[in-house]
Order: sequence, then structure tokens, then C-alpha cells
Amino acid sequence: MPSLKDLRNRIASVKATQKITKAMQMVAAAKLRRAQMAAEAARPYAERMETVLSNLASGVSGSSAPRLIAGTGSDKVHLLLVLTAERGLCGAFNSSIARLARDKANALKAEGKTVKIICVGKKGYDILRRQFADEIIEFIDLREFKQVGYVNAEAIAQNLLARFAAGEFDVATLFFSKFKSVIAQIPTAQRIIPAEIPEGTKQTDAVYDYEPDEGEILEALLPRNLTVQILRGLLENAASEQGARMSAMDSATRNAGEMIKKQTQLYNRSRQAMITKELIEIISGAEAL
Amino acid sequence: MATFKFELVSPERILFSGDVVSVIVPSVEGEMTVLAGHAPLVAVIKAGIVFVQTTESNGKEFFINGGLVEVNQETTTILAEQGRFIEDVDTAVLDAEILTAETRLSGSHNDDEKKRLHDTLVQLREFKHVFEQRKAA
Repeated sequence: MPSLKDLRNRIASVKATQKITKAMQMVAAAKLRRAQMAAEAARPYAERMETVLSNLASGVSGSSAPRLIAGTGSDKVHLLLVLTAERGLCGAFNSSIARLARDKANALKAEGKTVKIICVGKKGYDILRRQFADEIIEFIDLREFKQVGYVNAEAIAQNLLARFAAGEFDVATLFFSKFKSVIAQIPTAQRIIPAEIPEGTKQTDAVYDYEPDEGEILEALLPRNLTVQILRGLLENAASEQGARMSAMDSATRNAGEMIKKQTQLYNRSRQAMITKELIEIISGAEAL
Repeated sequence: MATFKFELVSPERILFSGDVVSVIVPSVEGEMTVLAGHAPLVAVIKAGIVFVQTTESNGKEFFINGGLVEVNQETTTILAEQGRFIEDVDTAVLDAEILTAETRLSGSHNDDEKKRLHDTLVQLREFKHVFEQRKAA
């Protein structure tokens, strides 16, 4: 049976924790709004880019197609680009992305493929490092950037392109969490090299003029498309992270409230029991006289 | 006058969206004006100013650092690598852009990329020159 002082201390400490989680929830809510706006603002560009790209790509095919679309012709070496958050305390956000990447890596290894991993974000690195210490070839830290932007995505894309040109891998897959709503974030795997060209986009029957020629535009467009896809992943991730943190902190606050309620009840009961006990002792003492 | 739908998007946001009379685009092979009913076209743009004529007497200007323009029957879209309102551009901004391009050029080992960065650099320097002249005038 805990003493009254123990109970008082326990209640005080839970109350302090509740205050912290409450504050974190409100901060996440404010950040979420900004992150969500950024993610939504980036969507039109990515969509238009896809339309233009699919129009262009339908024109070139076969051996003349650039390697970023056609691939290297083999799929022996897979590169997994795993985007996670830099901070924890956001529910299952980081671990669900890491789990998806881990399952994929294990499946590929079982097929006898070589797996290489690049981690963006500290948390994913910490989780994956345990099992894939040898496969992780790079860890990119974005902690110093308050708001991730085009520059960050471009740097990662350049890194990837340099490795691709050097023949370090054949297929690259991007792992991130798609922001659906505050309570639903979907861990997603997306192939980025060779580029996934969406089929069945509406084909305008018009014949385009190209300036300069088709191939050259495609050459310039594909690296940029890679950057845009990575940027989209980063922004979706940022929004998902804040959403996940918000709901995690919301339930933490609620749980703390419940705990306080229970502990307070226990405290009051024991206090009353103590008073009753003392009264009985006094009365029986007086009677004995 | 006949208008058409025009959108100017950068990776971070939509800079302009609406009906316009004409758009002047600095394509790599020279400036061109897009009017309503222009033939479908895809062209690469260099660093420069996009002039958007919204009504007969009104226009807006944007600074663009590379990108792509797509013209089809319904809409015209510019996908800009970087875009700003012209009011937000000054010599300091351009100098910063030139510096980034220079550092990246010196750090690059890929021939294709070197060529691309070199082109960008030339375009930016050229544009800075034009920009300064404009300001002086």
C-alpha cells in the first residue's frame, strides 16, 4: 500500500507529464497546418510534371529511351531510400516506415538480390542500423533544416544520380509516409529509378512541337522529376510526422488524465481510511478509560 | 481579346493561375509569345523574365531560373525550377544564385551536369546584366 506522500508525488509527476504532452500536441497541430499546406502546394507541380512526362515518354521507347526510364537492363542491386523523421514521440510513424523498408529488404535478399540502403532522417537510421548495419551506405541528416525544401530534395537527387551513373545500383525505391489525414498516414514504397510512368493518362491527340528536340527535353526532365518525387516524399513525410505526433500526444494526454483520475481516487480513499482508522483508535481509547 | 488559361507553378507553390491574354516566355532558342490558340508545344526555358499579360493594359512579371513550358489546346503551363515575383528579385538574389551555380560547377565531375550548370551560369550572368540595365533605365 503506497503512502499518501507517494500517491501525491505520483499524481504530481503524471500531471507534469500531461502538461508536456498537451503542449507537444498543440505545437504539432500548429506545425501540421504549415506542413500540410506545403505538401498540398507541391502537389500541382508534381502532377503537371507527371502529365508532361507521360506525354513525352510515350513518344520514345525501345533502346533509344534514356536509362532513367528504361533501367540498366538488370535488377541485381536495389537501393532503398528511406525517408523518416528526425524526432521521435510520434506514435508508430517511424517504425511503420522502417518496417515496410525492412520487409522489402528481407524479401529482396531472399531472392538473392543485393540491397543498399540510404537513410534520410535519424530515427529510421537508428531502427534499421540494428539489422542492416552493412547495407546502409549513407545517412543523410536534415536536422539542421527547419523546413525541408527543394534544395534538400535536389541534393539527395544529385547524390542518387551520381551513384546511378557510377553503376552502384539498378533499381531505386523511395519509402515515405503518405499523408491522408491526421489519423491516417500510409507508409508507401515508390519506385523512382527507373521512373514509373503512369499509364492511361489522357492522351491529347494533338502533336506537340518540341524545342529543342524530344530526347533532349526528356534528358533534362528526368533528373528534375526525380527531385520532384523526392521533394514530394519529404513534404508528405513532414505532414505525416506532425499528424502522427498530434494524435499520439492527444492519446497520451488522455491516458495521463485517466491515470490522474484513478490515482486521485485512490489517494482520497486511503486518506479517508486513515482518518476513520484514527477516529476508531481515539474512540476505543476513550471507551477503555 | 481572346484569353486562355495559364498556370505558373514552382515546386513549392503556384505562382500564378488564371486567364491571360498573352505570355512571353524566354525559351532556350529565343523569346516567344504565346497567344490563345497557339499550337501544342513543349519547350525548355532559360533563366529570365516571364511576362504575363492579364488584360490589355495590365501585366505581371516573374523571374524564372530554368524550367519547362507546355502549351496545349486548353492550358499553358510553366513548370519553373525556381520562380519568384519580380518584386522579390534584386541583384543580391541573383548574385546568390550565380554563386550556388559556380560552387556546384566546380564540385561537379559529371560532364553532362557540367555542361548544364555552365549553361545555367551563362544564362544567369546574362540575365543579371539585363536586369541591371533595366534598373538603371
